[in-house]
Amino acid sequence: MGMTLAEKILSEHGEKEVRTGEIAVVKVDLTYTQDGTGPLAVRKLQEMGFKEVYNPKKTILFLDHAAPSPRFELSNDHAFLRDFAEKTGSQVSEVGNGISHQVVAEKEVKPGDVVIGADSHTCTGGALGAFATGVGSTDAAVAIALGKIWLRVPETIRVVVEGNLPIGVYGKDIILHLIGKISAAGATYKALEFSGDTIQNLGMAGRMTIANMAVEAGAKVGLFPSDQITREWLKRMGRPEDFRKLGPDPDAIYETSVKINAKELKPTIACPHQVDHIKVIDEIGEVKVDQVYLGTSCNGRLEDFQIAAKILKGKKIHPKTRMIFTPGSRLVYLEALKNGTMEILIESGAIAMPPGCGACVGLHEGVLGDGEVCLATQPRNFKGRMGSPKSFIYLGSPAVAAATAIEGKIADPRKYL
Amino acid sequence: MKGKVWKFGDAISTDHIIPGRYFYLRSNLPELSKHILEYESPGFSEKVAPGDFIVGGQNFGQGSSREHAVIVIKINGIQAVLAKSFARIFYRNCFNNGLPAIICDTEKLKEGDVIELFVEEGKIINHTRNETIVFTALPPVMKRILSDGGLVEHVKKFKDLKLV
Ligand code: SF4
Repeated sequence: MGMTLAEKILSEHGEKEVRTGEIAVVKVDLTYTQDGTGPLAVRKLQEMGFKEVYNPKKTILFLDHAAPSPRFELSNDHAFLRDFAEKTGSQVSEVGNGISHQVVAEKEVKPGDVVIGADSHTCTGGALGAFATGVGSTDAAVAIALGKIWLRVPETIRVVVEGNLPIGVYGKDIILHLIGKISAAGATYKALEFSGDTIQNLGMAGRMTIANMAVEAGAKVGLFPSDQITREWLKRMGRPEDFRKLGPDPDAIYETSVKINAKELKPTIACPHQVDHIKVIDEIGEVKVDQVYLGTSCNGRLEDFQIAAKILKGKKIHPKTRMIFTPGSRLVYLEALKNGTMEILIESGAIAMPPGCGACVGLHEGVLGDGEVCLATQPRNFKGRMGSPKSFIYLGSPAVAAATAIEGKIADPRKYL
Repeated sequence: MKGKVWKFGDAISTDHIIPGRYFYLRSNLPELSKHILEYESPGFSEKVAPGDFIVGGQNFGQGSSREHAVIVIKINGIQAVLAKSFARIFYRNCFNNGLPAIICDTEKLKEGDVIELFVEEGKIINHTRNETIVFTALPPVMKRILSDGGLVEHVKKFKDLKLV
């Protein structure tokens, strides 16, 4: 009997072959935390009585959410994490290096890995064919201490996307459409596995956007088979030896299958305050926007900024709208700087922020006030996430973000492309 | 132990339970816990008594992995969270901290009802309405973690994961 990607990877990491529904204790290849979950993970580790970590080289403490720190309490948390890293030999990813999920996709994650992160969007690593999943601080602490975790082998929903993507439609629209279709709880406790010719032709940036938002449908992982595009990504990141071809067996057993016809997709928006309040752009009507936010672990890659720059080139953003952008990592920042993408965005009136989570979680660098409306490329729009509980967050692609910045209201990017 | 029902709707996220803007209080848990569910129910931390229950609808605990959401629930003395369904990271976090997360039909539970939870027997007695709600037994691995008093205690005891 054939295996899904999830079954394959978890079987390889445990003591025996496991199937959907079984509980497996598996080896972990990489564990990371961020500055919001790391301090608690370290305290849990101490509570359990561990003074050492299982694999210091593969334990990374990211300082990415409050980076640079906007408050002394958070600076103290950063110092606490640095101190722990020093004592245990674990790695710190310093302020300015970027968002955990982006940085590990560049430097660490490889097809077939089990990756545990104390951040819900750890599932981004599924784009590279890794069983990458988010957990809380205690589970992360156990993974750091013992190099293993228990997981239930998830049922898999197969998502087949076929056909050419129309102009102005991207990975973000595919995943928003899917979440609208199956709901924010549609894949709870399950794996999503993506396939079809649209997926095969989709670049790594688009795949990461989709994998990133798997958790917004409740999924444990959003898995992609590794292929030529994975190989090219790893080569571009200077680690071609990490490539390995990995896919599901042709006779794998799926719980269900969801088909998406890419040709029919349109720019898609998630409306406040729930990720599955989905509308296509034509149904949005007039929504004035105070702030446009481009970046995050969902859409903070070079390709995303290039899409926005293509639309914004030679244009100015609307005088009543501000636009903020945050590259996902130092590498993205440098690439966008060197190839002129940043210049286009800044000339249009956008504001560049340091690599990191930026405004996404309402900490700093673009906190929303009462009644304010934001169009963001981030993965979630819960009430109060970006600041005031009386503000409103709409989610869309980088192209929608750019068109919206020009018009000062949620706008269709297709006319600019 | 009996406790009172505090009822919430569907899709309560960890951002609702403890908003991101209190990020800076995450190393000050007693202070952080005062802000529990404050958008949904202003002053909740003052209203709730030890042994009370948080009762939700679908997809309770969706969103961010912040375990602080579970910890502030515990600090406020809540004995268990009952919901029609839970988001997976939140679900794990509950048991890891020794807090039962019970999947059951919460439709018949109303704000203020006095109820009693019997985890082992898989039932909830609603003393206000003289009703019993039964629920499917917890998965064995969750039972194990709960009976050890949470994952930290489990690992302290075994210096390993002894769950399968
Ligand atoms: S960018 Fe936003 S969604 Fe992504 S890891 Fe940071 S806070 Fe979370």
